[in-house]
Amino acid sequence: MTQVLDKPLEWKAPPSPAERTAHRRALLEWVAIHSVGIAAALFFTLPFVFVLLTSLMSDSQALSRDLIPHTWEWGNYAKVFDTPGFLTWWKNTLLYAGLGTVLTVVSSIPVAYALAKFRFRGRNLALMLVISMMMLPPQVVIIPMYLFWAKQLDLSGTLWPLIIPMAFGDAFSIFLLRQFLTTIPDEYLDAARVDGCGDLRTLLKVVLPMARPGIAAVALFQFFYAWNDYFGPQIYASENPGAWTLSYGLESFKGAHHTDWNLTMAATVLVMAPVILVFFFAQKAFVEGVTLTGVKG
Amino acid sequence: MSTYTLRAKHRRSTLRTLAFLSPWLIGFAVFFAYPLLSTVYFSFMHYDGFKPPSWSGTKNWTYVFAHYPFFWPALRNTLWLVAIMVTLRVAFGLGVGLLITRIKTATGVFRTLFYLPYLAPPVAATMAFAFLLNPGTGPVNSLLEKAGLPTPGWFNDPAWSKPALTLLALWGIGDLMVIFMAALLDVPKEQYEAAELDGATPWQRFRYVTLPNISPIVMFAVVTGVIQTMQYYTQPLIAGKVASGVIQGAGTQFEPGYPDKSTLTLPQLVYNLGFQRFDYGSACVVALILFVLSMAFTALLMRRRGGLIQAGDR
Repeated sequence: MTQVLDKPLEWKAPPSPAERTAHRRALLEWVAIHSVGIAAALFFTLPFVFVLLTSLMSDSQALSRDLIPHTWEWGNYAKVFDTPGFLTWWKNTLLYAGLGTVLTVVSSIPVAYALAKFRFRGRNLALMLVISMMMLPPQVVIIPMYLFWAKQLDLSGTLWPLIIPMAFGDAFSIFLLRQFLTTIPDEYLDAARVDGCGDLRTLLKVVLPMARPGIAAVALFQFFYAWNDYFGPQIYASENPGAWTLSYGLESFKGAHHTDWNLTMAATVLVMAPVILVFFFAQKAFVEGVTLTGVKG
Repeated sequence: MSTYTLRAKHRRSTLRTLAFLSPWLIGFAVFFAYPLLSTVYFSFMHYDGFKPPSWSGTKNWTYVFAHYPFFWPALRNTLWLVAIMVTLRVAFGLGVGLLITRIKTATGVFRTLFYLPYLAPPVAATMAFAFLLNPGTGPVNSLLEKAGLPTPGWFNDPAWSKPALTLLALWGIGDLMVIFMAALLDVPKEQYEAAELDGATPWQRFRYVTLPNISPIVMFAVVTGVIQTMQYYTQPLIAGKVASGVIQGAGTQFEPGYPDKSTLTLPQLVYNLGFQRFDYGSACVVALILFVLSMAFTALLMRRRGGLIQAGDR
């Protein structure tokens, strides 16, 4: 009950005019910055909002200039799922993205480890070549690659020409992992060696557990890459709708449903949603990956 | 230790390195070196995929430079995109980065909202923008009309299709925002305090403290932006396809670049020549031009004090 008296009363000077203007300026600045922030937030979110709203409109209303649905047609989403092929595209996308990611991670880790921690002649050259491969547009080598997969191995009409190369290391993943692994102090590796660990055991038992955030970032980027890829499926899978992925099939919605923007937008939402859901679960790993390399996945 | 064991040890460590590198060494040979050499070879051959390839000298090269109607428009578009889209993206990314470092309330919410569009799959994002900006029923033009402003044709108008693509690129600014945010937070606080003591205005603080500190990152953003422009494929292609109303599987073939070649980019030419005109030789010529341009900018990136590597080692 004596709390009040425990603290000696502080005499507070009334704010001087200078302090008052400083305070007012800080407040004004806060208001200005947050207003700009809200305007920016609208720019970034309104496209999502309009897409969502349109995806819930009736067929006839989707042809109008209305912004808000009169009736909320949740059935549009059921119609998208009923579209022939849609579930196959999901399955194919998960195969391409899932299997591709596993293969990429497994094959890129040892390469990244060697580039980060082994000392050997030509290491810088190897690293430069990795970066060059990373920066290379896929179109540069597509003609010989297509002839190789389609004419020699007869694999066009499938996604295998896109999945198999991932078993041989992906330049971007190698680079990102290498960046991550260089941050692990050598002392840990030396300690493991002193304890009698071979290179492989050191990698598996010491390095991998420490590199988990880097591996998570690589896996995410690779998953998104496959999910988003349009050019690859266009080259190898276009002739066979049974091998299409979501990103490739999505466009055909506009054709199948002509001017009905509502179903096209519902399908668009269904292609965006998984990526955004994954992001919310793995936000940290993702942002870390972006700052680590500064390059798009 | 005898020289014998030393040499054995050296040999073992070489073998170890090769073993660890082997997935990539195979990948490099099969998916990079071989196809690259093969691309050079095919660029001097006439090949349509059916008759065996035959030597054609520099015919493909003169065709692409002198007769192929899409080459120069695609190159001009690329220059436009480098000059305007890349510049605006870097400026906007820096602006949003500055904004987010100064937002003190609900920072996490703002950051997530600003970042999300970057994650939208390119095909989906382009479809969304083709809808938002469609001149008939699109919400953007509806709102512009209500506000009494002019309503451009966006993806349907050759003069507006690239600005529309730029708008889409600015929407997905999340990657640059994160990079600039990290760089801005790295600027030493003392320098700002010193500048404040000297009575520097906010602009002077930005010009003489912020900019010099983050200039390597600005450079990095510009060069990677140029490299990404060389690879710019999905968005212009989908935008053109959706706006033109020509869709895959409809039996008609889409001539890329709609409207009026204004969305052509170099990677689209490789597809057009190789997979629509079955002129693999000329497709390889464009592929090599793309290769030289990409590598030139990549070399620039690596030369600038290790650019990329350094940015990652921060």
